[in-house]
Amino acid sequence: MAGAKVKLSVRNAAKIYGSVTALADATLDLREGEFLTLLGPSGSGKTTLLMIVAGLIQPSSGEVWIDGKIATYAPPHKRDIGIVFQNYALFPHLTVYENIAFPLRMRRMPEARIAQEVARVLDVVQLAHTAERFPRELSGGQQQRIALARCTVYHPSIILMDEPLGALDRKLRDHMQLEIKHLHTKLGITVLYVTHDQDEAMTMSDRICLMNNGRIEQIGAPQELYFNPASIFAADFLGESNLLPGTVAAIGDPLRVDGPGGLKIRARSRGGLRPDEPVKLMVRPESLRLLGPGEDADNVAEGVLREVVFVGGVQRYYVALADGLTLAMKRLTLGADTAVGPGQTVRVGWSAAHTVALPDTRERGS
Amino acid sequence: MTSAAAGLDYARQRPQRGWVRAWPIYPLLAFLLAFFVYPVAQLLWLSFFDAAGHFSLRNYIHIATAPVYLQVLGITFQIAGWTTLFAVLGGYPIAYLLATSAARTRNGLMLLVLMPFWTSFLVRTFAWMILLGRTGAINRLLLALGVVDAPVSLIYNFTGVMIGMVHGMMPLAVVTMVSVMQNIDVTLMRAASTLGARGGQAFWRIYFRLSLPGVAAAGLLVFITALGFFIIPALLGGARDTMISQVIISVIQELMNWRFAGALSLVLLAASAVVFYLYDRILGMSTLSGGAVGAASGMRQRRPTLLARGSAWLGIGVVAALGWLCDRAGEAWDLLIQPRPDRPRRAFSRKVLWGASALIILFLVLPSFFVIPVSFTSGTFIDFPPHGFSLRWYHTYLSSPAWTSATLRSLIVALATGVVSTILGTAAAFVLVRQRLVGRMAVLTLVLAPLILPRMIIAVALFYLFARIDIVGTLLGLVLGHTILAVPYVVITVMAILKTYDERLDQAAWSLGANKWRALCHITLPQIRGGLIAGFLFAFITSFDDLTVALFISGGNNATLPRQMWNDLLLQVNPTLAAVSTVILLFITVFIIAAELLRRRAGGY
Repeated sequence: MAGAKVKLSVRNAAKIYGSVTALADATLDLREGEFLTLLGPSGSGKTTLLMIVAGLIQPSSGEVWIDGKIATYAPPHKRDIGIVFQNYALFPHLTVYENIAFPLRMRRMPEARIAQEVARVLDVVQLAHTAERFPRELSGGQQQRIALARCTVYHPSIILMDEPLGALDRKLRDHMQLEIKHLHTKLGITVLYVTHDQDEAMTMSDRICLMNNGRIEQIGAPQELYFNPASIFAADFLGESNLLPGTVAAIGDPLRVDGPGGLKIRARSRGGLRPDEPVKLMVRPESLRLLGPGEDADNVAEGVLREVVFVGGVQRYYVALADGLTLAMKRLTLGADTAVGPGQTVRVGWSAAHTVALPDTRERGS
Repeated sequence: MTSAAAGLDYARQRPQRGWVRAWPIYPLLAFLLAFFVYPVAQLLWLSFFDAAGHFSLRNYIHIATAPVYLQVLGITFQIAGWTTLFAVLGGYPIAYLLATSAARTRNGLMLLVLMPFWTSFLVRTFAWMILLGRTGAINRLLLALGVVDAPVSLIYNFTGVMIGMVHGMMPLAVVTMVSVMQNIDVTLMRAASTLGARGGQAFWRIYFRLSLPGVAAAGLLVFITALGFFIIPALLGGARDTMISQVIISVIQELMNWRFAGALSLVLLAASAVVFYLYDRILGMSTLSGGAVGAASGMRQRRPTLLARGSAWLGIGVVAALGWLCDRAGEAWDLLIQPRPDRPRRAFSRKVLWGASALIILFLVLPSFFVIPVSFTSGTFIDFPPHGFSLRWYHTYLSSPAWTSATLRSLIVALATGVVSTILGTAAAFVLVRQRLVGRMAVLTLVLAPLILPRMIIAVALFYLFARIDIVGTLLGLVLGHTILAVPYVVITVMAILKTYDERLDQAAWSLGANKWRALCHITLPQIRGGLIAGFLFAFITSFDDLTVALFISGGNNATLPRQMWNDLLLQVNPTLAAVSTVILLFITVFIIAAELLRRRAGGY
């Protein structure tokens, strides 16, 4: 994919409302056929960025290039984009057929070809039988597919999706995630997707652009963001994590860190750390394991097992360390496990490769 | 009310029957049956008898054969039709601006748009007389600017009637259209633009078509209301511009012929009904807009008739053509200014919209203020600009027993009407919103009927009834009459706020130990206070501004303020009227601002 053509390029885009910075200095590239998700909590600027790409908001500064042409301030109808809105925005007074025909009519395509094209995309989304119905007569999932069909029918350079599954219930949402993903592969479309749901982002995306407070925190493949977060925010937002405070003792591979309660911890880092710098150490709960007698690991901590919670397929263990910190760990449930119980002293071990040292931005800032 | 409270106090062992629980609506129903349905039915019934008491159609034959009545009917329709056209056309841009603006801007603009609505009809009409006369403000301005050589006749003709009527009806058109437009999802326009539609196409093909039910409803309401007008054609029109309500007045006041007045009333009523029916059937809400908008506005859809489909096709064609035209204009504009994708766009069309709306809002707001300078003239005639400065006309007003007693009487009647309507209407609104009433639609229709029925018919019918029970000219008679006109406003306002009220708050209060009565007093009423105040305000203004009922029920020595003004306007226009108008204007303004502040403090919206 690295060699593919860049379909969308956002350069240092910013949007400022009075004293509020909705988006600061956003830069990203989207390649042909790629599925990129803007992920972040509400107010993180992801929708602002999407609207700037769509031309529905004019940026305060920066540039937007679509398919190699500058389009920063071009009106939406001249941008060669398609949007699936959160509430689908299907025209209630037009039938499904007319809804899908709308963008083609705007492009003055002859009626005969419009009929062909509409039939083609209705086939793709498997809703050919609904052509003469009105949007309100369709279920939520069907409306969703029609909205998709409407914005793929004219082959726009990019398709933007603004939390398109937000209104659906859990089960249908899971189903539609896969369906959109399949359509993406089948049609080879380029997608910029917005969501606040990390599972959705991980399921669907080729790359995720993680946003916070109007800024881009990190861009990368889902696995990279999950296992190699660049910031505490990234570590915290995606999945579950244990964050232990520490100070860099020695630079090297592995990095040596003085952890809480005199723990010596071996970790890896993304570089740029100096000795004596305060850091947070991130370990995923599933990377921790209980050590048997005589067993060893890169990093070992001793503590008291406080609680075991059974959550179906997995069990959660909460281990209190000497200085009051609690480690959460996750194990697959494999039959009744009576080996350890609350109150017992346990040894917890994990490898250096699963430990990421992150600069402690909060302390640096104060 | 106390016995009613006691009735609510006891926890019943058996569930109450629906018709028992609906008791709060009965006082209003009884009132409407006695003082609205009965007298109107009787007046209409009377029209089928001759002077000797025998059944006869001679009244109708007379209407059908004497050319003057058909002519009046024709003029009535003509005036109402043109008024509707101009009010809807002029109101559309403002309604669009209001519906698409932020809430703050919307509230401010709405206040301006509703300004003529709150200002007394007589004050407004008087203001137009000052502006439009041969030596009025507009003619002076035109002469001074050298636009014309001789004064243009703007008054006592069709032009005058149109200006006054459109000015009076446009707020109604705007409010009706805004209520539909606010429900149009703005992302639809955004979606259209991302799908490749220019502004013009997106507006005409999507927004305009979705707003058509609002346009249709506004047109219908304006037309039916305009049919019953008499103040404006009487004061701003010439002899040719006589509307049917004026004829009914003269039949009563000069001939005292109830039967013939009844017949004319039925004709007016039938005309309204026919219009309503035709509008709904042929150009109906759903068909006008291409067959499917009904769904968007929650209206029931009918199988489209051939005519409907024809008009739908025509509608789509027109809309597409308009969209195309706008786009060509837009492209031409683009050629002219050469927009560049690397330069910020300017919201040009929005500015045009603001400009057009500002002009129309000026037209709505400005005229009434012309009464103020005129009232301070030291001359003996209405003059603009006024001669010198004096308070003599205020002195004349305040030292005249006729004027002061009329003012006092109007205040008392309006206050009483406000209180009575608010109590009756609020009780009924609770039942209408919260209970599954048998025949709810019929009851609602009855409660709202005084809004739709031309006021003239209600006034004549009440006159006939009150004359027999001898309460013509009394305060009681006026309050009864005004309550009929005012109560629908209270019901609508309170129903609207009750629909947004979370009933779980009441349930929480009950679960915390409050009985129904205390929950009502401590939880419900304080929270809907905004709605109650608004309802009271509507009722107060309706009564304070009413001339139709007062025309017959009050008179001579016990005239209300509008009645007194009407006499002077007909007999001798003088600067005292300007002084009175200024006082009314000031009073209403203070009244509305006070109510608005009260409402805000009450935490209503």
